[in-house]
Amino acid sequence: MIASLPRPVWLRTATALYVAAFLLFLFAPLVTVAVFAFNNAPYPAPPWHGFTLDWFLGNASAHRVGLFRDSELLGSIGTSVVVACWVTALSVIVGTANSFLMERWEFPGKQALSMLMLVPLVIPGVILGISILALCSRIAELADSLLDWDLDFLRPGLPLVVLGQFSYVATITTLMISARLKRFDRTLEEAALNLGASHPAVLRTITFPYLRPALIGSAAISFLMSFENFNTTLMLVGADAPLTVTMYGRMREGATPVLNAVSLFLMLASAGLALTLLRGGKRAS
Amino acid sequence: MPDRLPQANWRRRLILTWLLAPALLWLLLLIVMPHVELAILALRRRVAPHVYAPSLLQFKTFFTEPLYWQVFVRTAIVSALATALTLLLAFPAAWVITKIARGRASALLFVVCLIPFWVSETVRSLGWLILLRESGVLPTLLVKLGITAVPVELLYHDATILVGLVYTSLLFMVVPLVSSLESLDNALIEAAYNLGAGGGAILRHIVIPHAAPGITAGCIIVFMLTLGNYLTPTLLGGKNSQWFTELIYTQFIVRFNWEQGAAFGFLLLGLSTAIVALGLRASGQRFVDVMRRT
Repeated sequence: MIASLPRPVWLRTATALYVAAFLLFLFAPLVTVAVFAFNNAPYPAPPWHGFTLDWFLGNASAHRVGLFRDSELLGSIGTSVVVACWVTALSVIVGTANSFLMERWEFPGKQALSMLMLVPLVIPGVILGISILALCSRIAELADSLLDWDLDFLRPGLPLVVLGQFSYVATITTLMISARLKRFDRTLEEAALNLGASHPAVLRTITFPYLRPALIGSAAISFLMSFENFNTTLMLVGADAPLTVTMYGRMREGATPVLNAVSLFLMLASAGLALTLLRGGKRAS
Repeated sequence: MPDRLPQANWRRRLILTWLLAPALLWLLLLIVMPHVELAILALRRRVAPHVYAPSLLQFKTFFTEPLYWQVFVRTAIVSALATALTLLLAFPAAWVITKIARGRASALLFVVCLIPFWVSETVRSLGWLILLRESGVLPTLLVKLGITAVPVELLYHDATILVGLVYTSLLFMVVPLVSSLESLDNALIEAAYNLGAGGGAILRHIVIPHAAPGITAGCIIVFMLTLGNYLTPTLLGGKNSQWFTELIYTQFIVRFNWEQGAAFGFLLLGLSTAIVALGLRASGQRFVDVMRRT
């Protein structure tokens, strides 16, 4: 029942209990991960052996490699950041072009194209990965056998990971930027043009400033989706593994709390990003 | 650029070409052609080194090898179950957010519901691993409370996979439900209540019909994502997970049998598409609207 109607006591209690249980369910895994990053034991498991920062700073005498000294993990964070930057840049640029195309232009086949743009969201990430892998290997083989070219970037590796992630993140940026462009008042542009502004000047001083929140928002989402992607990445990864793939590998081997430490770092980074976005969103509206 | 103003025709053409190019490159090179290649792989067989012939062998293998189609059916059933559970769990939460909590509390609750999904799925799975494994938090707690004598292994069961999948999917259910319940006018519920309708009748005749588009959208997306999930079933289910994406990975990456992997990929894609189409037809919605909802 809704708030304005009388609710019996048992219903209120049940609602409160439900909300509490729901929140516990949501946060139990995250809190556990964070807490065991500080446990003074070689495995992330109870009982509690006391507080330590070894899993961040390392402790040579106890043979503990902390996060800040774990070159494999740090390297894969770096890899993830590089990949995410590429994916973000590509997705936002293509998404912006797509938004203008779909909101401002009429051309034959527009309906079909707009449907096709949504398709990447329906394709499971694993399949996006293997299909791109298959096509790229085919092209690389053809180039090798016909032209004797060695197209190394088409073999599993970071360029393919970037392409694979971009292939569906672009849909999301297109939707986000289009949604804002749709609400734009075109008379503002016409007024500026009537007053003698050139087209580039109108874009620079009116349209893009208006789109800015959507551009920033979609960039942040792209970065996050790329950083957290696992399914597509796993199929396309080569020698340099991004963070999620490295973490997955270690989790299967039974890892030390250094994984908790890197997870805590990820949580803080995402929370920071989310807060900035929420704040930015409020200011824009 | 603005099409209402007079402009040289060739210039418009040029701009249109420049705007079309990235979209076409993206969709043709990264979506359409890879899937054509995948179809070619799935429908051929190797008769000699570097010689291939068209064949349905891979699909035949799928139907004749019990393990393969059983994993397929199992993945579909567990995904459907996970979708239903997610709906059951998310609906009351969406209800509390939109209809019971007010103002800041409602907004806060909504944001709090979204927070875990800003964190990587890998991290969330790690959390469940630490909570549920034999030496983990929950089994230890159960022993301390005297519920079990020795720590029990809570990982590697079907129920564990379900918990993980539901957890991962919640966001994609809560968001469309909240947006569809938000537009439901409270006055309707009040009117029904004043006219003597009980909770069940209100739910059946007012709430569910109104929220149907949100429910379908949420279910379609959750089912799709669950079906295509790889990380959660393999980590929480271990060797018993038997998830279809795992078969695809094994064929493609481990056994290097791309033809079989491609055929599996198409089967998964077919199932996913069929469910989406079915859901859309059942609710009479357009695909575009469903996608915009989330």
